[in-house]
This record gives sequence, C-alpha cells and structure tokens, in this order.
Amino acid sequence: MEFEKIRQLLSERFVDAVLGEDLEASPNALLIDRKKIAEMCNFLYSSKETYFDQLSCLTGIDNGPEENTMEVVYNLYSIPRAHHLMLKVTLDRKKPIIDSVQHIWRTANWHEREAFDLLGIQFKNHPDLRRILLPKDWEGYPLRKDYEEQEKYHGMNVKYDRDQYPDDIPQFKNQDADSI
Amino acid sequence: MGLHDHKFGEGGIVITKLDDVLNWARLSSIWPMGFGLACCAMEFFSTAASPYDLDRFGVLPRASPRQSDVMIISGTVTFKMGDRVRRLYEQMAEPRYVISMGSCANCGGPYWEHGYHVVKGVDKIIPVDIYVPGCPPRPEALLGGIMKLQEKIRTESSMKPEALEKILAKRKKLA
Repeated sequence: MEFEKIRQLLSERFVDAVLGEDLEASPNALLIDRKKIAEMCNFLYSSKETYFDQLSCLTGIDNGPEENTMEVVYNLYSIPRAHHLMLKVTLDRKKPIIDSVQHIWRTANWHEREAFDLLGIQFKNHPDLRRILLPKDWEGYPLRKDYEEQEKYHGMNVKYDRDQYPDDIPQFKNQDADSI
Repeated sequence: MGLHDHKFGEGGIVITKLDDVLNWARLSSIWPMGFGLACCAMEFFSTAASPYDLDRFGVLPRASPRQSDVMIISGTVTFKMGDRVRRLYEQMAEPRYVISMGSCANCGGPYWEHGYHVVKGVDKIIPVDIYVPGCPPRPEALLGGIMKLQEKIRTESSMKPEALEKILAKRKKLA
C-alpha cells in the first residue's frame, strides 16, 4: 500500500489525529496525535489493508530544553504486504507520557523500557516499566540533552579524574600544535 | 623447564629450594576465571584456542572464582558490572592476581570522557598486577601479560617472613 493511501485511510478514520507528514523521513512519516497512538497502532496492525504485523523499531528522541519537546518514533513493517511506515509522536518534555503499544506488538516491551531507561519517557499501561540497561538505582536519564552524570556510583567516581594521574597524562594543550 | 631433556642422578633425588618449587608449580598452572566483558574477551578466547594455545602455559579457564588464581578483566567495565567484578574478586582465594586487559579496563579507553556508564579503569575498584595495552590487545600481547605475571610469581616467596625482615632491618639501622 502506498504512503499516500495509508495517510488518506488514517485521516478518514481518525479525524484530527494525523497532524501532518514528514516526506524527508525514510520511510515517509506521519505525525500523530499523542492521545490516539495506541488506537491507531491497533488499527494499522489489525486492518486487512495495512496489516503492519511487525514493529521494526521503537525509539525516543530528546529535542533539548530549548525546543522543550520529545519524540517517540515507530517504524512499522508489514511482512506479507512488504510496505513500511513511520509514525512520529511529539511529547511535552516536562511530562513525556504516552500509551504503550506493548499489547499490540510484544517486541515493544523492551523497546519502551529502553526509551524509559535512557530518556525517561513514561509508557502508560506498560506491564513492567523498569530500567533495562542501567542499574536500577542509577540517577537521571543519560540521553537527555541536559544530562549531568552523578558524581559517584557505589563509591566509584563516575567522571574521569585527570588529577589522579598528574605525571602520566599529558594535558593535550599543545599551543605549538598549529605551527607544526 | 625442559626437565625431560636432562639426565638425573641414579638416586632420583632433586634438590631445590621450597620457594622455587612452589613458585614453579604455581606459575605453571595459572587458572584464570572463565569470564569476558567485551571485545577483548574475543581475543582472550582466541588466545585459548589452538593457534595460540593457552593450555601450554597451564592456563585453563575455570568456571568458579573459588578455583581461580587470576582474573583477566577482558573488556569494558561498566558501573553495573563494577559491583559484580568486585564481588567476584572477593570470592577468589589468596594468592590471587588481576590482569587488566585492554584500554577500557586500564583507564576507561574510548569512554574516558563521555562514557557516563564506564568505570575509568578497573584499578579504581580492585588491585591490578599486570596491565596489557591494546584495543583490543592481540593474543601475543595477552600471552606477554601472562608471561609477565609468571615472572612476578617466580620472584615471590611464600616462605620468607617479609614483615619480620623489615623489622630486623629497621633495628639494624637503629643499632
């Protein structure tokens, strides 16, 4: 099914839920309203025409404190129909909450946990929203643009301490480097 | 040692120092813990495979820290793993040794500046005996590290009361 047709189908069925499109993206993307995402994914999954039976990837993006938004990106693929679709949802950076699609594609379980672990995006109705990579008592979300790592973790220094090797480590501030 | 090349006396008795024979036994059977952390582990495995054949040094990976003499930190130590590495080290029986293999284990490697999740050198959490440089080190380099450890064990003494010798030396100085 063509991208144009999918867009038409969705905007007819979900009025005001398709906020726009991104033709620069590959595959072409639809911008979706945050509140409608689970419903729409369920339709895309179960509809005979679209039949997106595979969630290839689910990922999160932080656009930084200036734009004050976060995004969740869904990459869908239909194995029998061999067509792709990307969905993008924009969230408020202060309250990044979105519905889980774990009940549609089981693979979303770990993908959503990863987005939660590294970006702090909350997925509503997720059965097991724990950190997946970092230790459970880690502080903060490392892929946020304004992330500052903690000073210590279980007594270990988190940052590299240059002063600990004053003689061994050259300071890499060679002012003559340009003239060489 | 090439013991088989030599002809021994008829009596079948060899005289040596106890330290030497103990050290010879220990350095000829350095059992590392069979675990790997990252890409360096692949080099560790290939060192153990037939082309480099770690077995000829008496190096046989063990499945338990309680049977191991040396811990080869082969790869990136994350903070999550750091806790486990420390615990495994504590489970090993003395005398125990640590080989830090590769840049990540030595100093954090490529993650030294932006790797929020990496311990900047495994020597921050456990004492290290031998550092093997490389990213990852080739099997020859790891073999070199193991031979350096053998050298270290060769000069050790399990019999010499070192603390007592230090006290005696001090007294001698005072007198």
